[in-house]
Amino acid sequence: MTELLDILANPAFWIATLRVATPLILGTLGVLLCERAGVLNLGIEGIMVAGAFTGWLTVYAGYGLWTGVLVAALTGAVFGLLHAWLTVGLALSQHVSGLGITLLATALSYYGYRVSFPKVNTPPTIEPLAPMEWLGVPILSAQTPLTLLALLLVPLLAWVLMRTPLGLAVRMVGENPQAAEGQGISVAATRTGAIALGSALMGVAGSFLTLSAFNAFFFNMINGRGWICVALVVFASWRPGKALLGALLFAFFDALQLRLQQAGDAWLPYQVYLMLPYLLSILALVLVARKAAYPQALMKPYRKGER
Amino acid sequence: MRLEKRNHTSPAAYVLAPVGAVVFTLLISGLLVLWAGAPVGRTYALLLQGAFGSVFALTETLTRATPLILTGLAAAVAFRARLFNIGAEGQLYAGALAAVAVGGMHGGTGLEWSPYVLFPLMMLAAALAGAALLLGPALMKARLGVDEVVTTLLLNFIMLLLVSALLDGPMKDPLSMGWPQSVALQGDLELAKLVPQTRLHTGLLWAVSLAVMLWALLARTVPGFDIRAAGANARAAAFAGVPITRTVVLVALLSGGLAGLAGAIEVAGRTSYVTLDMSPGYGYSGIVIAMLAGLHPLGVIAAGTFVAGVLVGADSMSRAVGVPTYIADVIVATSLIAVLVAGLLTQYRVRWK
Repeated sequence: MTELLDILANPAFWIATLRVATPLILGTLGVLLCERAGVLNLGIEGIMVAGAFTGWLTVYAGYGLWTGVLVAALTGAVFGLLHAWLTVGLALSQHVSGLGITLLATALSYYGYRVSFPKVNTPPTIEPLAPMEWLGVPILSAQTPLTLLALLLVPLLAWVLMRTPLGLAVRMVGENPQAAEGQGISVAATRTGAIALGSALMGVAGSFLTLSAFNAFFFNMINGRGWICVALVVFASWRPGKALLGALLFAFFDALQLRLQQAGDAWLPYQVYLMLPYLLSILALVLVARKAAYPQALMKPYRKGER
Repeated sequence: MRLEKRNHTSPAAYVLAPVGAVVFTLLISGLLVLWAGAPVGRTYALLLQGAFGSVFALTETLTRATPLILTGLAAAVAFRARLFNIGAEGQLYAGALAAVAVGGMHGGTGLEWSPYVLFPLMMLAAALAGAALLLGPALMKARLGVDEVVTTLLLNFIMLLLVSALLDGPMKDPLSMGWPQSVALQGDLELAKLVPQTRLHTGLLWAVSLAVMLWALLARTVPGFDIRAAGANARAAAFAGVPITRTVVLVALLSGGLAGLAGAIEVAGRTSYVTLDMSPGYGYSGIVIAMLAGLHPLGVIAAGTFVAGVLVGADSMSRAVGVPTYIADVIVATSLIAVLVAGLLTQYRVRWK
């Protein structure tokens, strides 16, 4: 018990929590945007891999860190456009298209990595984004600007979705595409834009890991973070504020299990601690399921003139 | 761009669509081969040769195809009922663990029953373990509306951690010199070799027979009809008197059971114990295979062999010309998307305007 209090009293713990949360916040906002427009995007896991890879490769090739972030966003957007073409244009199954994109983006990234670095065993590193010491706010100033970006995007996305005509259009095509079309909103264009932008956020989420956290690209570095984001969106009932809360909560337990494990309480195998975040995700899904207000048109393809 | 339903699709189109998709995939992937600085034609020739070009290559491909066909069937039957089971990977490990729990030697003190009793018991335990892992998500979907994609996915991670914990502790092989590896299966429970001097085992016959049985079940029986009806339109099916909960449980038993059997058959036919890396993602590949097969159980045999061939062929090709083996995953993923698009184009006409 005292160990637990020691952990919680240590600022390093809260710094770690916010750091772990950052890619989850960005990824969850990305999924949220897609789903608000009525499209599930299971491509996130692969898009995060691709963003992590291209962002890192850009910086490794000698371009600036922010160019890397931009390239990661563009990479995400390109895969997003592919997903949009398959699910909005051709009305294929959103589940299957998303899984296909995860496989494709992951395979392309790993292939690209191996072609670029055929012989290396230790991944080459880059100089990552620096912490914002100039900010002078405890815990936050130990983070890199991408964390600040993620935190600022939460109210921005909430405002755009809830308070602007653009956000209304996005929510309408996610709830009732027929009515949106009747209002003169192009369902296809709105959905495509939302998926491209959401996927760009997923790409940036991936690039956080290489450009801000680990300063190198590893195989399996995303390791299910994308899937967690998909769960977090349901937990958040498709609301950006709750998405932030969910990501922080998940990161809290993730950082906690790591420290409990290090504290060496051997009465439980360390794998049990690692399971905690996943078990809590499932529990959260069950708890919110009853009142989960899915966007009504989620996973329903829309074809003009068809009902 | 808009889609128009075709009034008529020629039978030839159904055959040509997947062929065209694979040709398209090979062309696109060819660009990546060029990027790696290898001659495209020779690379593909080596890949084909490495997959099917000799008795050894063929047996390796079919050995790899065995778990892929089983996980492919697991995905196909679930997807038919619109239960998006993404958890075959975890279910495979659950089956493998159950197989070793029943049929393992446990330090030489394994169950001393006749293999004729123990073997079916082992397979049954594996199937039930896989099914049990899917039953929770399936019922949560049916009763509470919890999205099964996310729950089955998360269970994969939980299951792998459980395997890791068990291989460190209760199920660890005392003779493994510290490797995380389970106790070994009793020798008399291992599957016979199909071709002597190779790794190909009778598990392939299991996989093929199960595919045929599943096809017969889906095409010819009332529960099979219920599964297809629940998938086509759950609300209409419930209205028409299809027992939805019973069908969901049946699908979970079939899908999870097949994935569990994949794990047991891998243990009994190839590895003889459980390790953390016994499956290089067979559960996930099964989803692709099911989609490539158009969710048809007999098509799964062909699709599973195709994917296994690409994976095995890429291994030996990579050693010869130095194109990274990840090209296999690119080919599989691209062909999945291309086959989906090609399948759509057989039913719809694209109008540009």
